[in-house]
Amino acid sequence: MSAEKEPLFSGKNLKLLTEPLNDSNPITVQVLGVCSALAVTVKLKPAFVMALSVVVVMAVSNVVISLLRKTVPPRIRIIVQLVVIAAMVILVDQVLKAFLFDISKQLSVFVGLIITNCIIMGRLEAFALSNKPWQSFLDGIGNAAGYGVILLIVAFFRELLGSGTIWGYKVIPESVYDFGYENNGLMILPPMALIVVGAIIWIQRAKNKKLVESN
Amino acid sequence: MRSYSNTYIFIFSSIMVIIVAALLSVAAITLQPYQKKNIEINKKQNILTSINIESTAKDAEALYEEYILESYTINYKGEVNKAGDAFTVDMKKELAKQIEERNLPVFVSSLEETKQYIIPVYGKGLWGPIWGYVSLKDDLSTIFGANFSHKAETPGLGAEIDTKDFQLRFLGKEILDEQGRFVSVSIVKGGTADPNSKYEVDGISGGTITSNGVDAMLKDCLSSYKPYFKTIKQAMPEIDIENVSEPVSN
Repeated sequence: MSAEKEPLFSGKNLKLLTEPLNDSNPITVQVLGVCSALAVTVKLKPAFVMALSVVVVMAVSNVVISLLRKTVPPRIRIIVQLVVIAAMVILVDQVLKAFLFDISKQLSVFVGLIITNCIIMGRLEAFALSNKPWQSFLDGIGNAAGYGVILLIVAFFRELLGSGTIWGYKVIPESVYDFGYENNGLMILPPMALIVVGAIIWIQRAKNKKLVESN
Repeated sequence: MRSYSNTYIFIFSSIMVIIVAALLSVAAITLQPYQKKNIEINKKQNILTSINIESTAKDAEALYEEYILESYTINYKGEVNKAGDAFTVDMKKELAKQIEERNLPVFVSSLEETKQYIIPVYGKGLWGPIWGYVSLKDDLSTIFGANFSHKAETPGLGAEIDTKDFQLRFLGKEILDEQGRFVSVSIVKGGTADPNSKYEVDGISGGTITSNGVDAMLKDCLSSYKPYFKTIKQAMPEIDIENVSEPVSN
């Protein structure tokens, strides 16, 4: 244990929070958790709730695992991680069912599938098991936010082009439809999410040269 | 790396499991009333959709009170049961019973100054259960509206049964033929339904098993109401003369 006290938002800690948003984004750079990104991004609202759920699950389970890190027997650490994640996910699912029933219906099985979201297990194993709670908390928020941001960007375009709405509100005026404009049905289907994610990766790499492999 | 004894691992996991179990049970019990309420409202919304009334989670209960006149359960002979609340009947459980023991729910609504009879239906899709409500006009043959829901049908294919587009196809179709015999509405291969037929509806291309599921669900569930339809019709002579020539005995 180091004796010196680090400020809560030191440069190093802030980096935990901001790095996953861009340089080590879980979806576009590490390509983790893509499956749910394809499934829940038809509309902005469910995507937002999904992102929020992942933030909560990830932050809390990161902290819990970090607190337990000195007592968890390595032989069963994966099981312990799973139990913590599963418990959190069930809690989130129950809360959604009680207070956001409509959205919980739309998300259906995908809330439960947060358990299998590779980002969460990956961060627990790679970070929380060997770091202090506060750092783990920031790392959890950062990575979940990195995931959520991509989810929201994808959902924004899919909802706009696929349904002509944003957050459920009509944004494309009726007159445009009268001219022969039609919503793009393909946007609603999962393959289009993959293409949008691909486009985001492309744009990100064009802007951020660090991510481009040198070979 | 420190090594841990088996006893330690055992105690550690036991404590962990107990804590997690306690936490989840407390959460489940405290949240249950809210969840039940949501499911109830959702059911009311579905029933309202089947008589073509759009509702939100907020006004569903008021609208339900306004339009649904009464609800009761009937037995296999078509007699109205004295006891029994139609709203709480679980169709899945009823259909698992012998036909003689079933309590079949009926909801009666009033719209456009006539009565509609709302019949719940329940069946199998491709990945899980599908269910819904079919409302009949007071001739007990013409479909006034339909609403279907599903648990886990394939998005974009079978899951389309819960869209307005699919449900509107049922409007005006009939479940009794000209002789008053029960024929139900058939769901045929997408795009092949005869537009003049009163008994055919286009299925969903790519959602064949789900479409067949809806077809079987309508036949199974609606047919158990045949005796009941007959009793109501007998109480309404003017329709008898018009529609039913002679009950076919065979």
